Amino acid sequence: MEGRITAIAPGGPAADRYAGLSFTAWRWIGTLALIAFAAILPFRLSNYHVFELTMVMIYAIAVLGLNILTGYNGQISLGHGAFFAAGAYTAAILMHRYGVPYWATLAPAALICFVLGVLFGLPALRFEGPYLALVTLAMALATPQLLKYFDTWTGGQQGINLAKPMPPPWLAGLGLERDRWLYFVAFVVLLLAIRVAANMLHGRTGRALVAIRDQPIAAAAMGIHTARYKTLAFGTSTLFTGVAGALAAIVVGYVSPEGYSLFLSVSFLVGSAVGGIATIGGAIVGGLFIQFVPNLANDISDAAPWALYGLAMLLFMYAMPRGVVGSLGPLINRAMQRIQQHRAAFDTSAEE
Amino acid sequence: MHQFLQQVFSGVAAGAIYASVALALVMIYRATDLVNFAQGEMAMFSTYIAWTLVNAEVPFWAAYLITLVVSFVGGMVIERVLIRPVENAPVLAAVVVTIGLLLIFNSMAGWIYSYTVQDFPSPFPDRPLFGALMTTRDLGVIAVTLAMLVLLFVFFRFTATGLAMRAAAQNPDSARLCGIRVGRMLAIGWGLAAAIGATAGIMVAPVLFLDPNMMGGVLIYAFAGALLGGITSPVGAVVGGLIVGITENLVGTYLIASQLKLTVAFALIILVLVFRPNGLFGTAIVRRV
Amino acid sequence: MAPILELRAVKAFYGQSEVVHGIDVAVEEGGMTVLLGANGAGKTTTLRAICGLVKREGEILFAGKRLDRRTTEAIAGLGVAHVPEGRGTFVGLTVEENLRLGGYTRRSAAHENIQRMYGYFPILAQRRRQQAGALSGGEQQMLAIARALMMAPRLLVLDEPSFGLAPRIVEDIFTIIERIRREEKVSVLLVEQNASLALELADHAYLLETGYIVTSGSAKALADDPQIRRSYLGY
Repeated sequence: MEGRITAIAPGGPAADRYAGLSFTAWRWIGTLALIAFAAILPFRLSNYHVFELTMVMIYAIAVLGLNILTGYNGQISLGHGAFFAAGAYTAAILMHRYGVPYWATLAPAALICFVLGVLFGLPALRFEGPYLALVTLAMALATPQLLKYFDTWTGGQQGINLAKPMPPPWLAGLGLERDRWLYFVAFVVLLLAIRVAANMLHGRTGRALVAIRDQPIAAAAMGIHTARYKTLAFGTSTLFTGVAGALAAIVVGYVSPEGYSLFLSVSFLVGSAVGGIATIGGAIVGGLFIQFVPNLANDISDAAPWALYGLAMLLFMYAMPRGVVGSLGPLINRAMQRIQQHRAAFDTSAEE
Repeated sequence: MHQFLQQVFSGVAAGAIYASVALALVMIYRATDLVNFAQGEMAMFSTYIAWTLVNAEVPFWAAYLITLVVSFVGGMVIERVLIRPVENAPVLAAVVVTIGLLLIFNSMAGWIYSYTVQDFPSPFPDRPLFGALMTTRDLGVIAVTLAMLVLLFVFFRFTATGLAMRAAAQNPDSARLCGIRVGRMLAIGWGLAAAIGATAGIMVAPVLFLDPNMMGGVLIYAFAGALLGGITSPVGAVVGGLIVGITENLVGTYLIASQLKLTVAFALIILVLVFRPNGLFGTAIVRRV
Repeated sequence: MAPILELRAVKAFYGQSEVVHGIDVAVEEGGMTVLLGANGAGKTTTLRAICGLVKREGEILFAGKRLDRRTTEAIAGLGVAHVPEGRGTFVGLTVEENLRLGGYTRRSAAHENIQRMYGYFPILAQRRRQQAGALSGGEQQMLAIARALMMAPRLLVLDEPSFGLAPRIVEDIFTIIERIRREEKVSVLLVEQNASLALELADHAYLLETGYIVTSGSAKALADDPQIRRSYLGY
């Protein structure tokens, strides 16, 4: 054992193979299995359940947007519902007034919400902590009021009704009717969003954002253009949430000011916290929480369902203050490290 | 002109209520670095307790005192049991806990007391003053708010517990080294805030009528007022609350598009904050590198 | 004379990492003991462990009572006054408020105690209504010591009182510490990097290196030790 360096992630071919495959290979298999599972699921469930899962994915995209801002940037936003609404109404107005096909509304919604995010990000940079919370709160409160006020465009209180899109004719034979088709549309957008987020956050941009979050002064001293990255984070975050909003408008087939109240923004924030703010997987957990827990609370108690919803929030935060993925992630990492350490020691002693 | 003054004065009265709730928010923020989003609902729940007592033929001032004590104790218990587990957790976890508390209190109040709007008596008679510019009730509310501010000032400046609380908020480790039980100081802070909130709720109820959603709008304006004044400054809380009240009233009166009242009011507040990002009386958060 | 403070096989942690690995230390009643060592040796962590500010293991005995099971507040109440690294003054409060806080556990005698502190540190009396943050480094150190003395402690624990101060001020401070030890009859546990001055005043000394005690003995013996003189006294 003299002179050997025991490393946490040992080199040596034998140590990091599990039943013949490397860890990365297993991750790919796991991911593909999940995707396959998700692809089969809609064919096994009723239309309503498929619709619910579609909403889960849409909320996941929205929460992913919020994660980019809150988790990696340390800025708490109480106003993402506003951008969700912006995306939704962009899609709705394009479809309703200009006859734009549903799939072509996603890009404009993304662009408009990105621009809005940059515009709001610039002044928002002046504010920190509770002050930023107030500014974003104002956005959330202003949204229903503005939507009702500009009623020539938005249809005011009545909102806008949209026809739910049909699957394209060239996919006719697959037994895809409306709800399933929309499920897959949302699914593809979700995968795309995850890919983009992962690339952005695990690369240089992500490291810069974490640096800005944890040690802003040091980051600036290192030459990271703080203002530019923070504004970029804001814009990207609102882009994601805006696309989610557009999708929601398409899937639900209806937009109205009531649906974009403060409660929606708060739900996104809670979903982000419950899932884990600085994680991508946490966004999916968050989407599940937002979609299912209120309904579950309603099923359990007719009299005080929101009390149960609030209680669920408390319990999740006590048990996992960093969110489900945020808390389980490090646990799994440590378990993996210990397994690798044991294997390294085992292999070493076996070699002697 | 007369209408303008009238709106200003009634804005001051509304602002006094925002100022009270803002005081409670500032107290908790100074003690625990946390915005208590449940403050309004806690105040509402306290008001229902007072209402129950009044309906049971308890004289008003006795009911008020009992409610104060119950709210104080309740606030302490909430800090100790529900907030302490997340005091050292990431800020967002604590924020979500207070949001959860908001939902729980609101829902429980609706369940226990139903959503029927109730009357609530005011200790102040409602007579016009100064040629109908304001009422004696408005004056009463303003007087109570100022009285609370003065009492708090005296408490923090001249009592040992007040000094210990200031120390615990500024430098908890050093406070412990002086033998101060920091945990207890935090609990007292929450208790005081709950008592202040209860007072605010009891002042609101005669005007807005008592129902579980009574304090929702008040909390939002109080939050704005607290930040406008500077989230760490009690004086700022009062000034901010008053300014928000007056602004809200004037915007509501003179703005043609009344549906945009909240939007415009908030836009104005944020405009001020753009020039003073830490509020009017707030101190910049100095960070040592 | 029995030691007023005893550490037996004490480990202390900085976060989750163990930085002090099972040390034994004793402070004689009425005496002055100094802990020497370079940066990162674990001196401050040891002091913080005594006062319960960091995770610790092992036995810590103060006048027969176990400190290792008690909270920081309780330890302060027993008569252990800790002047932390960096002074730990309440910079947003006035000088007099700082002193009143020191006397929090002995409020009945607060007034006389404050007058006595002004006797030791006249400059504090002059600045009694000023914000503590506006004081110079030396004045803040005096304030920190005065605040600790307001507790009428039996043991005074000082973490690098000379830190960041000019040599003349350091001499003043050490003169006052020695005077306090005699007049107030407190025992003193001192952590210092300024080894020569500390060894002049102390009775006993321990040398800490990367969490282990490497040498201990009377202060005079350590001061005469050639190796220590070369490594820590510079001659």
